[in-house]
This record gives sequence, structure tokens and C-alpha cells, in this order.
Amino acid sequence: MRFVDEYRDAASARAFARAIERVTTKPWVIMEICGGQTHAIVKFGIDTLLPPSLTLVHGPGCPVCVTPVELVDKALAIAAREGVIFCSFGDMLRVPGTRGNLFSVKSRGGTVQTVYSPLDALRLAREHPDHQVVFFAVGFETTAPATAMAVYHAHREGLSNFSMLVSHVLVPPAIEAILSSPQNRVQGFLAAGHVCTVMGYTEYEPIAARYRVPIVVTGFEPLDILQGVVMCVKQLEAGRAEVENQYARSVRRAGNERAMGMLRDVFRVVPRKWRGVGAIPESGLALRPPYDVYDAERRFAVEGVSAEEDPECLSGLVLRGAVRPHECAAFGLRCTPDHPLGAPMVSSEGACAAYFRYRRPTAAMEVTR
Amino acid sequence: MCLGVPGKILAISDEGTLSRHGRVSFAGIVKDVNLAYVPEASVGDYVIVHVGVAISRLQEAEARQVFAYLEQMDELRELDAIRG
Repeated sequence: MRFVDEYRDAASARAFARAIERVTTKPWVIMEICGGQTHAIVKFGIDTLLPPSLTLVHGPGCPVCVTPVELVDKALAIAAREGVIFCSFGDMLRVPGTRGNLFSVKSRGGTVQTVYSPLDALRLAREHPDHQVVFFAVGFETTAPATAMAVYHAHREGLSNFSMLVSHVLVPPAIEAILSSPQNRVQGFLAAGHVCTVMGYTEYEPIAARYRVPIVVTGFEPLDILQGVVMCVKQLEAGRAEVENQYARSVRRAGNERAMGMLRDVFRVVPRKWRGVGAIPESGLALRPPYDVYDAERRFAVEGVSAEEDPECLSGLVLRGAVRPHECAAFGLRCTPDHPLGAPMVSSEGACAAYFRYRRPTAAMEVTR
Repeated sequence: MCLGVPGKILAISDEGTLSRHGRVSFAGIVKDVNLAYVPEASVGDYVIVHVGVAISRLQEAEARQVFAYLEQMDELRELDAIRG
């Protein structure tokens, strides 16, 4: 596949690994933000190619993982209503709320449908005028333009049976929350290439300067990630703290201006709670007038939902890079993808699910040791 | 979630500003994709597609940068070796 296979070449990967070895003279801790990158790192064993003095820690870049339990509970409440077709990306169906998940609502007779795109949910609304179609809008800056497009078209067509439960979150405030934590040990970042494809990277420049931390916008294939690591280590070794763009084939400095224009039209920036992390100011998106009539929380008046996390789940520490998945006592024993205690074990981008899938034998050995 | 898949535009069927869409091939699997956010992309171009919406046109020249960077690092190493 063009633009994929060439970036998986094993000989080039080994050459990059040798280059990383050559430029690394001190121990460094680098965080990859995006769960898609975490998945690639664990799947292709990229971390095993790195010198032992380099540590990659996994970031909060899994939207499914950071969606707060309260919102999952609201989704469960709405999905259980008569006459509702509740649409969600497949990853959300098994995310545990306080009691049950969307699958359990479905098994009790609710109509819960997996969609590939918010535009598919919009199509369902057109096809089922006698039902209320609700889309669970999770995702970062990458996904928000597609959601905004669906709301925009619903408004233009005057569709009164479409709404969405919005849980969009923004990456730069999460990076700042990690950097300003007293426990922070991250010295450099690989920023998420598709988030930056949409938003560009001008917002990262003041963060790099203020916290003296290199940020390398990085793609998702093995050679992309390896090059991102080289660029980040070279900055760290030279004492530089700049924003660099490894993923130039897709990312421009100003991002996708047309998509950003649509986001500004449809959404406003609001404080949002991140599951496992807590409240982060100006870190989420909510619908702005006149599009707020498509807000499912308003339409279905699901307020006052109280939510509880499983006390044994360490997902908050995992999402901040403080603990690695297999260091959790429940990992692989009481918490598995079939019976997850927390969201990072559910999503294909969750760090716990990636370790469970690709690292279980060693991880289990470390747990029992 | 932020998975973006590169695909090649085969045809564009609607040129409306926000309804622009077309057929995109992902290694032979063809899907209908919204192209409203990539007005600069035309038939034959590769785009990154995320949840049914194209978010960028891939740039051929920049696509080779990864390999150019690697070659450059190798050349520098050889120079270092010559210098001893």
C-alpha cells in the first residue's frame, strides 16, 4: 500500500535504530501522545530497538480512554430510551460506565449501532425520521472536523431528529497539564501527526519555549516514529527545545485551515474532565449557538448522573505516563479486554489493550515475579 | 481513534464547497469519502482519510524526507569515520 509499506522497511528501521544509538549519550524520557503511536510502538517492537537509556512513555492520546464515566453513564441513559438509535464508534461499546456498557444496553433491547463516521449517523437520521438518532462524538482535533461537518449538514437540512453527545477533547492543554505536574518526568514529546494535520503546530511553539521541552510532530509508521525519536533525542542532547515537523507529508504549520474554520464555527472551547486525569481548563469542545440545539445532553435532559470509577483501576496513572500497564496488579488477571476495569483496556488505542495484545507473556512474568 | 489511512482519489462526484466528495481507493478497497476539507486535492492525488473525511493531501516531495534524512545521517557517520 502506497504511503504505508515504504515506511515499514526493516533495513531502514535498523539504520534508524543505529542512528538513535549513536546520538544518545544520556538517559532521556520521551512521551508519545497518541494511542495510535503507542499501538505501533508495541506492535512493531520499536521500543525494543532503542538503547536502554531511552524510555518511551505512553500518553493520554486515546479519546475513548479519557471520556469521563459521567458521560458514558449519560450515553447509557440516552441509549436506553424508547425511540432512540444510539450511534457510536465501535471502541466505545465496551467502555464500562458505573453500571454496564453500551453492549449491555443493546442486550436489554436498546438500539445501539456502530458507525464508521459521524456522516453515517447523519445518514441514519435521514433514513429514520421517526427515530431520534444520537451520535456519541468522542475524539481529538483529528475527529472534530468530521463531527462538525455532520452538525453543519444537519442544521442546513433542518434535521430535527439528530443530536450528539459531545466529548471532544484538545491535545495542547493535556500536554500542559502533564508538564506542569510536579511528578512529571517527560523531557520530550512526539506530537500526534493527525491532530497536527488538522490544527497545525503553532499552538505548540509557546509550550516548547515555556517548558523548555522539544516537541516533534510525528507520523504513525515505524520509520516515522523512529525518525521522530532521533529528532527529539538530537534536540535533547543539544539542549534545544523547538517544535519540529517529522510528518511534513501531511502536516503544514498552519494545519488544515478550512477544517479549523469549520471547528470555530460549530464549537466553542470549554473546560472538560478527563477520565483518570481530572478536570483540565479549556480542554474540550462544546456546540455553540445555533448548533447547540443538536446537543443531546440538553435534548434528553440527562443531568445529575453520578458516576463511580473502579477503585482498582490505575488508568489515570497510565494515561499520565506515571505507570506502565503491566505494572498494575489487575493487569491481565482481573482486567482483560473481555472484562475491562477501565477504558485503556478496551480501546484498540489504549495502552493496556496494546500491552495485553502484544506483550502479555513477558508482562505477565513481570507481574508474577 | 486518530487512525488516518492514505488512499488515492479515483473520481470526484460533487464539487459543492462542503458537500465535495468522491471515490477513494485504499489498496483496492473503494469507499465514498468527503473531500470538502481538501479543496486542493484532485483525481490521482493521495489523501489521508479519517472517519470518512479527508483531512490532508499527501505531498510527494515531503514523503521522501524520511529517507533523505536517513541517508544524510549515514553520510555524516561515514564522514566521522573518515575523520577518525
